[in-house]
Amino acid sequence: MDEFSRLSLHVPEPAVRPGDQPDFSNVKIPKAGSVPRPEVDVEPEAIRDLAYSIIRVLNREGEAVGPWAGLLSDEELLTGLRHMMLLRAFDARMLMAQRQGKTSFYMQHLGEEAVSCAFRRALRRGDMNFPTYRQAGLLIADDYPMVDMMNQIFSNELDPCHGRQLPVMYTSKEHGFFTISGNLATQYVQAVGWAMASAIKNDTRIAAGWIGDGSTAESDFHSSLVFASTYKAPVILNIVNNQWAISTFQGIARGGSGTFAARGLGFGIPALRVDGNDYLAVYAVARWAAERARRNLGPTLIEYVTYRVGAHSTSDDPSAYRPKTESEAWPLGDPVLRLKKHLILRGVWSDERHAQAEAEIMDQVIQAQKEAESHGTLHAGGRPSVRDIFEGVYAEMPPHIRRQRQKAGY
Amino acid sequence: MARMTMIEAVRSAMDVSMGRDEDVVVFGEDVGYFGGVFRCTQGLQAKYGKTRCFDAPISEAGIVGTAIGMAAYGLKPCVEIQFADYMYPAYDQLTQEAARIRYRSNGDFTCPIVVRMPTGGGIFGGQTHSQSPEALFTHVCGLKVIVPSNPYDAKGLLISAIEDPDPVMFLEPKRLYNGPFDGHHERPVTPWSKHELGDVPEGHYSIPIGKAEIRRKGSAVTVIAYGTMVHVALAAAEETGIDAEVIDLRSLLPLDLETIVQSVTKTGRCVVVHEATLTSGFGGELVALVQEHCFYHLEAPVVRVTGWDTPYPHAQEWDYFPGPARVGRALTEAMEA
Ligand SMILES: Cc1ncc(C[n+]2csc(CCOP(=O)(O)OP(=O)(O)O)c2C)c(N)n1
Repeated sequence: MDEFSRLSLHVPEPAVRPGDQPDFSNVKIPKAGSVPRPEVDVEPEAIRDLAYSIIRVLNREGEAVGPWAGLLSDEELLTGLRHMMLLRAFDARMLMAQRQGKTSFYMQHLGEEAVSCAFRRALRRGDMNFPTYRQAGLLIADDYPMVDMMNQIFSNELDPCHGRQLPVMYTSKEHGFFTISGNLATQYVQAVGWAMASAIKNDTRIAAGWIGDGSTAESDFHSSLVFASTYKAPVILNIVNNQWAISTFQGIARGGSGTFAARGLGFGIPALRVDGNDYLAVYAVARWAAERARRNLGPTLIEYVTYRVGAHSTSDDPSAYRPKTESEAWPLGDPVLRLKKHLILRGVWSDERHAQAEAEIMDQVIQAQKEAESHGTLHAGGRPSVRDIFEGVYAEMPPHIRRQRQKAGY
Repeated sequence: MARMTMIEAVRSAMDVSMGRDEDVVVFGEDVGYFGGVFRCTQGLQAKYGKTRCFDAPISEAGIVGTAIGMAAYGLKPCVEIQFADYMYPAYDQLTQEAARIRYRSNGDFTCPIVVRMPTGGGIFGGQTHSQSPEALFTHVCGLKVIVPSNPYDAKGLLISAIEDPDPVMFLEPKRLYNGPFDGHHERPVTPWSKHELGDVPEGHYSIPIGKAEIRRKGSAVTVIAYGTMVHVALAAAEETGIDAEVIDLRSLLPLDLETIVQSVTKTGRCVVVHEATLTSGFGGELVALVQEHCFYHLEAPVVRVTGWDTPYPHAQEWDYFPGPARVGRALTEAMEA
């Protein structure tokens, strides 16, 4: 007999499944204000701890505390609250529109609103995001017209993408929002390329890449880190860890050790983890990373620790793979309620004003939806021309596509 | 005019383009300091600095992915994949991203990149240094695909590719880098310096993408070829004495259908030649087009001469590579049918 017994494969499993008691005891939450704020030119080696902790500003009482606090005025915070509420109302209406058959599918942000809304405020006009499908907050917080987003969701006659692109996969060069691909992780490395180009041209603009926790397993993620660290690209590499990749828990992409942020350490990229449900913390960390990039100090990797409260998409049923009450047990709370509490504590907001704002915002979204619907929805009313199928494959239409367009009768 | 090899012509195209347009950047594995394993980029880093011509990590997805990002910014990256065989890790970036960005963003973002790569066999590269993956690109709407067969075209077409507003795959038959190759491996290669198409203007000129060239006029049968096979087809025509018309496609996508149709309508017979494997190869597309557009003029079935449906072998590459003997037999077959 051999001295070794037979091998067996380890397949990671989440702590709980439907029917079990939600359990986040493994998510170690440090006290708000307890994580230091290093200088932006710090040596990555000196801040390895930040890849394992969680930067937080808002404490349980709603106070902003610690070295990452104090960057935003009351006015700016009220604007941030409004953006998150707008995104939430937008999601609610579009989810309903999908249920009514007005569009094929929709993906909501519930619970993750702070990540994209706060991040956008740390960038400048001209900077470029390479987002995935759960960062519509980047557009909302940059005042992109909601009606245009809806026109695309409804694939109507005013759809900016002429019916060619999936509902939530927006594009806007003007608003620093690169056209979204359905192929996960591909755009992470494109963000690095954009940032390298900005450096090649001695520009002042920076780029930001976006990826989910599950998608960090794609090889593009690793290519991105190689290029970003090799050329010290002025890029912010964002990982939104919302615990789930459709039905697959984050341990499958990560294994049982380390954190997603820690993946940057081997590349010498400063890596920070931040409370993704804390608008102030997200903004503070994003601004720190943006300043590093702008000072030509290179890339920063940020992991946003958050929770996907809603379903993955309108095609998903999360109750089939996780406890129904898991989102309520999430220890970092609701980003909208946390910022609301903070603003009330500061004396610039109240429950009444909040309720009133909620009603106003919903009204605004409904008005936008009415306008968009007047130009058609997926199966009714105005729609893009069939001719649009053939346009825009190339700058100039080659003869073979022209022949096919004529064959189709256009 | 200067006498140039295809390597020098390709280099000259990048040099001219970089000199004219500050937005042109060149990078890839070993491309910067060393000048590339085939020396196509030699001297460019010294001339334009290391932020315009540089070495990349061994990550094809990274090379093409960052090029796409640079193009979105406004640069015109011309990147090298060291061998066409290694473009597969970047295939996702090419097909799902580069090819689609203009379409899906309705022109909000575009992707003017060039991806250069040495292709084809005949240098004892074995199965991982000899592939001809053109059909994998021609199947992708949004890409353009070019295969030059001589230094003059290589330079003019590469300049067009770099100036093109859309992504272009530029496949360089490495067997042609130093001289025209007629398939007779036992004979020494005649250098480009002895060939009229090795006479290349030193400055800027361009050749339109999508236009074929008739390399040999003939009235008995049309041979459609590209890259190395153009020279093999010419040799086969000479050696059999058959009055063949040889078309050099130069661009596979978009394709010059008009020149093909005119020629086959005239000759009534057609032979298609390529190095890539037979099944689902680009030749299938060519035969289908000839059938669709020239059916009533055809006097014989169209014949295909291609590599075999196997990986490219190392020791038997001359039995794999379609040489003048095989093309000659196909010409006879087309004539006798
Ligand atoms: C290359 C690729 N593989 C698979 C999919 C299908 N898919 C869409 S979303 C998703 C899960 C992504 O999870 P994560 O990255 O954690 O992001 P999240 O949805 O949680 O925000 C999968 C597998 C895809 N779109 N692209």
